Amino acid sequence: MAVFPAHPRTVYFFGTCLMDMIYPDAGMAAIRMLQREGIRVVFPPEQSCCGQPAYNSGFPEEARAVARRQLRAFSKNYPIVVPSGSCAGMLKHHYPHLFDGQPESRDVQWFSSRVFEFSEFLVRVLRIRLTDLGPPVRVTWHGSCHGRREMGVTEDSKSLIRQLKRVELTEIEREYECCGFGGTFAVKQPAISTAMVQDKVEDIRKTGASRVISGDCGCLMNITGAMEAQGIAITGQHLADFLWERTNG
Amino acid sequence: MNSQTARERILKRLAASGTEHTAVPDADLPQPPSLNAEERVTRLAAMMEAMRTEVHVVDAADWADTFRQLAREKGWRRVLYGPRGPVASPIEAAWSADDGLLPDLVAYSDSVEAFKADLFETIDAGVTSVRGAVADTGALVLWPDAHEPRLMSLAPPVHVAVLDADRIFNSLGEMMAAEKWADGMPTNALMISGPSKTADIEFTLVFGVHGPKELVVLIRQ
Amino acid sequence: MAEPIVHDFHAEVEKALANRQLRANFRFAMGNMIEKRKALFSDPVELEALRAAGQAIRQRALSRLPELLDQLEANCTRNGIQVHWAETSEEANQEVLAILKSHGATRTVKGKSMVSEEMHLNAFLARHGIEAMETDFGEFIIQLTCETPSHIIVPAIHKNRDQIARVFQQKIPGTPYTEKVEELNAVARKTLRTKFFQGEVGLSGVNMAVAETGTLCLVENEGNGRMCTTVPPVHIAVMGIEKVVEKLADVPPILRLLTGSATGQLITTYFNMITSPRREGEKDGPREVHLIILDNGRSRILADPELRQTLLCIRCGTCLNHCPVYVRIGGHAYGHVYPGPIGKILAPQMEGLDKAGVLATASSLCGACGEVCPVRIPIPDLIRRLRNEIVAADDSGAVAGAGGKRDLAETLVWKGWELANLSPALNRLGTRLASAMGQRLPRVGPIKQWTRARRPPVVARRSLHERVRREGGKDE
Repeated sequence: MAVFPAHPRTVYFFGTCLMDMIYPDAGMAAIRMLQREGIRVVFPPEQSCCGQPAYNSGFPEEARAVARRQLRAFSKNYPIVVPSGSCAGMLKHHYPHLFDGQPESRDVQWFSSRVFEFSEFLVRVLRIRLTDLGPPVRVTWHGSCHGRREMGVTEDSKSLIRQLKRVELTEIEREYECCGFGGTFAVKQPAISTAMVQDKVEDIRKTGASRVISGDCGCLMNITGAMEAQGIAITGQHLADFLWERTNG
Repeated sequence: MNSQTARERILKRLAASGTEHTAVPDADLPQPPSLNAEERVTRLAAMMEAMRTEVHVVDAADWADTFRQLAREKGWRRVLYGPRGPVASPIEAAWSADDGLLPDLVAYSDSVEAFKADLFETIDAGVTSVRGAVADTGALVLWPDAHEPRLMSLAPPVHVAVLDADRIFNSLGEMMAAEKWADGMPTNALMISGPSKTADIEFTLVFGVHGPKELVVLIRQ
Repeated sequence: MAEPIVHDFHAEVEKALANRQLRANFRFAMGNMIEKRKALFSDPVELEALRAAGQAIRQRALSRLPELLDQLEANCTRNGIQVHWAETSEEANQEVLAILKSHGATRTVKGKSMVSEEMHLNAFLARHGIEAMETDFGEFIIQLTCETPSHIIVPAIHKNRDQIARVFQQKIPGTPYTEKVEELNAVARKTLRTKFFQGEVGLSGVNMAVAETGTLCLVENEGNGRMCTTVPPVHIAVMGIEKVVEKLADVPPILRLLTGSATGQLITTYFNMITSPRREGEKDGPREVHLIILDNGRSRILADPELRQTLLCIRCGTCLNHCPVYVRIGGHAYGHVYPGPIGKILAPQMEGLDKAGVLATASSLCGACGEVCPVRIPIPDLIRRLRNEIVAADDSGAVAGAGGKRDLAETLVWKGWELANLSPALNRLGTRLASAMGQRLPRVGPIKQWTRARRPPVVARRSLHERVRREGGKDE
């Protein structure tokens, strides 16, 4: 059973490599949302990647080397807030496996127990209340597979959107189905990945939404890249970015 | 490489595999709800009817009359039964006043080798007792034997099963334990939950594939 | 002897993806099976308890496998079932042939058995002039079209109604074209009834073998399984070594998980438990029952504690039903007897990573399979483990053919990635470079693959690291 701490004074923020390079606005939005709740946000500059790409490709040694860096960077007893279900899953569920039988094993248990996905943290730790200041809009949600299955945060994420009174959340058909990103899968099996993202884009289009919101930069990159290639005028936005935009005015 | 050598080599590899260290988690079996006698009849009937079984709840005293009535209504011409089986006497008694409109009773008294063509081609319905039933999944339990052979509930296009209401268990697990099946299994223990079916063509359900097309259950109370 | 056909996975994938009818057929079928299973397992708490129980039963069986197989054989033998052992498919085929020859039999009727597909039994028997008539409706259809099964449970799922109608009309003499399922069913029933009647030997698989009592358990809906195991005077059952369970009490939970996961049914029409041939005084049933126990690489899989979990599988096929890759490429593209997620971990282990390792790359690790597996096989973890083995530095790994696909280019990529992520300076440099190129990232390698269907990602002018530094998140 997950144990959620009471409202903390300080948290770490793990930016994730994709958010760092491609969606820094979303990162800043997430940090500001936390700061707005009166929390001191610490962003260790030595952080880099959670290691998942190498780990999933069959290179655990290289993944461990990079993971050790994250263990050192986030070493104090603060919750670690991660704006990605996929990276959170890696840090929380796969690090213990990656370091099984390694000297860092106990440190990793403690590290992983402090990991929270962003929406999970907002809903279950901060019990955040959001006031919608934006104009009416119809959006749809796409959650990452690991956010859904490893972190179990789908309902948390959607509940945040549902708090916004002028936002109509239309659910996508086959919401549970993978968008085809899968990290290096998109590159190693491009034909299958393309078929998957094209189906996902079609399902998004059918909702009539003008925006698709996601908690994962990998999925976002994948889906928006495909939508833009097809000339579809639906924008993709990270959950943190969207929430900040709607509640900050 | 013969079977014996293969056996030795396989078992040797398995013994050296370290599989004995496989962690076996503790896990309690979920128990189905325990229903009372009346609920079990209702549930069994509902489950079986949902799978296209025709269910009649009848009086134990005159069930064979119901059976005779069905035989007339359905126009069967040859009905197979086990002459030394548990339902034989009542059936023979019910047939004793044959007004000429009843189907012939055919006894499964010879081995199938002497009887196969007849069994496959001329029998309209086979009637058997059953050992019991399980209510949670809605299935009959049969232990065919020398008196009521296996093919009776398979080859004819209709199978009529005679079940005593007090032989309905909550679940297969309960029945297996209560009757100590582990002490000795029959040649062929069998569960039947309805007429044969397939959904292999675009999930469209069709009944009467290779087993019976109709299953009629008479629950004797 | 013809050269073995090398299966070109990528080519087959492209072909399948371009086949709109195939994709429509699979989308319809898999969606249907997903919904059925969800409707049946409607109570998540109960489902999790059942899965835990199923996993425990299967783990217990594996933990005592040699002993249980020994016990199974002893009990079967005591009851008159003749037990044979085979290390390879070839040996198993020879055992079947020997039994057939001892009876001078040339006409067999067959219930669905994936192990027999593994053995390529039908082709083997055909080479020896023996007819192996498939009697499961789906298997019957694909036997007419000379195809292999595209799914573990519903072998002809890739075909829709009019395709089946056409097959019947073309391949079964005297059959007019009809799409009415009752009529198609009537044709199959009539054709196969003669075969059951005339069959000299019945062949079947085994869903579960109970060591405690020496009992072979079989599930089915059509009645063909009972026909094959009751009518002919000889019955031969084939099973993989892992299909044994310890006791009768283990049967109901596994049965519930199997029927619920495979077809969304609470129970199949028939559940058959066979313990002996025809006994004294009985009037029907086979006079001889044989059980062939096949290894075919399973004992090697058992030797690795992590990969051993592959053998928990009860062959329900639900991982296929939930897989976003399988639904798009269908079963034949995999080029292996077992497709889908279970196929991705089984095929490389049975055939070697060098031959089938590519299947382990055909997964986004979405986890849908592991989420629904009735016995909780951690399929994504095992796929990842096989990926480790594929790129391992040498062939000392647990799996045959390990280290076979070590790609120097990829190794360098990950070494480079590691360095970039360990050195903040390198990291900053890399990010600055990428952002400077912005839209003009070179379309080579991964970027090239990506941009086939997507606009390339735009690297931000200032990374989050930089923004934080400038705008103030805190450091300590």
